[in-house]
Amino acid sequence: MTEPDQLSARGGLRSDQLSGLMLLALALYVAWANQAYPVGTLQEPGPGYLPLVLAVFLGALGLLTAVFGFRSAPLAAMRWPEAKRAVLILIACAAATFALERIGYRLTVIALLIFFLGLIERKGPVRVAAVALGFAFASFYVIGDLLHVPLPRSPWGF
Amino acid sequence: MAETLQNLLLGFSVALQPSVLVYAFVGCVIGTLVGMMPGLGPLAGISLLLPATFGLNPIIAIVLLAGVYYGAMYGGSTTSILMRIPGEAASVMTCVDGYAMTQNGRAGPALAIAAIGSFVAGTIAVLGLMLLAPTLAAWALRFGPPEYTALLLMGLFILAYMSGGSTVKTLAMAVLGLLLGMIGIDIMSGYTRFSFGIVELGDGVGIVPVAVGLFGVSEILLSAGALKMPEVQRPKLRDLVPSREELRLSVGPIGRGSVMGFLIGIIPGSAHIISSFVSYGVERRLSKHPDRFGKGAIEGVAGPESANNAAATGAFVPMMALGIPTSPVTAVMIAAIMVHGVLPGPMLIQEQPELFWGFVASMYVGNVVLLILNLPMVGVFVNLLRIPYAYLYPCILCFCIVGTYSVANNIVDVWILLSMGAVGYVLRKFGYDLAPVALGLVLAPMLELSLRQSLAMSAGNYAIFIERPIATTMLVLGALLALYSLKPLFVRDRRDWRSEVGLGKSE
Repeated sequence: MTEPDQLSARGGLRSDQLSGLMLLALALYVAWANQAYPVGTLQEPGPGYLPLVLAVFLGALGLLTAVFGFRSAPLAAMRWPEAKRAVLILIACAAATFALERIGYRLTVIALLIFFLGLIERKGPVRVAAVALGFAFASFYVIGDLLHVPLPRSPWGF
Repeated sequence: MAETLQNLLLGFSVALQPSVLVYAFVGCVIGTLVGMMPGLGPLAGISLLLPATFGLNPIIAIVLLAGVYYGAMYGGSTTSILMRIPGEAASVMTCVDGYAMTQNGRAGPALAIAAIGSFVAGTIAVLGLMLLAPTLAAWALRFGPPEYTALLLMGLFILAYMSGGSTVKTLAMAVLGLLLGMIGIDIMSGYTRFSFGIVELGDGVGIVPVAVGLFGVSEILLSAGALKMPEVQRPKLRDLVPSREELRLSVGPIGRGSVMGFLIGIIPGSAHIISSFVSYGVERRLSKHPDRFGKGAIEGVAGPESANNAAATGAFVPMMALGIPTSPVTAVMIAAIMVHGVLPGPMLIQEQPELFWGFVASMYVGNVVLLILNLPMVGVFVNLLRIPYAYLYPCILCFCIVGTYSVANNIVDVWILLSMGAVGYVLRKFGYDLAPVALGLVLAPMLELSLRQSLAMSAGNYAIFIERPIATTMLVLGALLALYSLKPLFVRDRRDWRSEVGLGKSE
């Protein structure tokens, strides 16, 4: 018996069951938040009408996914080998987003590339510096100067 | 016919202007590069280039973006054939036999047939666009709000029916997209919905952060650290010539792929992806030696590559004629030309013939440019594939962030991008198709407006949808497809046409 077969035989929550329940929870939240808007009537729908209808549909589809999800793969059999790296990438991007308007495009990109190449990918310092500086300045020149797309600058004009 | 030729001449007079030619060429080059890079498909490429088109005139903007789109279709095949890594999703099927041909020492002919097939399909599809779009636009002039409501609902049901995975999950994603489209000011009542006090959300959620997040960022989150680039072959020009037998075997698949791809392209959904799966399945079924598939059959390259290029062009038919996007890519392109005050739809071809026909003519030119780029110059582009992915993905992420920010100089868009990247990553792990989310987001305001306008027209009487023949036909067709697509939930072990052509159902 392979590992997934063993997990399957053991039972437990399935991937579609969990995702279906998550959709159902989202639908319930939307329906609750939609109370702030007038629903109107069937004949004269208000701003809350279509969101409510969609929330009901989403809830129903989430429920269907969960009910028929017993055929899907067991949740325990799902593998997330890249999850740690994905979370790191997202955190770094969030930090860059926070910094973008504060320290400008070039400094943000340099810092982001140093983090990715130096800390996550463990590349040599010379290569990291060359790629980070080269990419930040070259992309600023092409996007900002040649294509005239306004890119954020630091308070020091850099 | 004489009028069409006259219009085409007008189009060529626009498309052959030096500035338009230059941008068509630039679009094709960028598209080829974008298509070759894993994690940066045509959608992300177009979205990132969007801010750069704001200063251009609308014809040049649409020619540039369209060049990126079909250029990416060409470019995606190179990575698939040489490295077994699909540069973009539509090239997945090309990986199978394309890479097998590379292992058999036939990388050159595989690349050549992919480029020739793409060229032929692109040209046939432009002919289809040229003949079909004006007819459809003239017919669509009869459409009122009830017809648009019915058309949009039918489109969503066709999307669910045609999807490769679970119908229920696809519909759930379409509804999720429609709900995202509810965020912002309701134009009929002035209420700001689901904005959580964030002023920037008053304008709603933009297609660019959602599309780039769902497709670009989530792809990087899934593949970062996992991709180990194999050695890349660099074929010489003389190696590209296919044998007489390979040419003979490719003629049928190219013809069938072109026609099927164009027709599938008109239907909502990830048509260019679906068309390549359908074409591969059809070619395998038609082959006298289906056992050759997977081991380097040239038909497995010719069919899917022709189909995805034809579908990319087919998607422009409803976009231009009806103003309705049938894929996330055309949704972004509609947003791009609306920035210039141009509204795609039935009146566009009449009111701005130079834009429509200039666009059509530029696609003929673009296909020739791409044939040149992808045959004699393929060796130059292959050099890009030598850049290790560890260096490539951080740069792509930087482009995603800055591209999204630049659309409206709005940092909230970047937060939406990252949120959508995380959501897309989780949804893809759970086997959800993300294209319906992007489509739902774009269709939501149109659907809500047309529904409420229809009810206002009829004083709240829903019978308006069954009193008008066009609306009734579309609603009945949509309802039948919706019921039929739910069948696999209740009837097991029944194979339908989708599983026969490789679009397996997972319910």
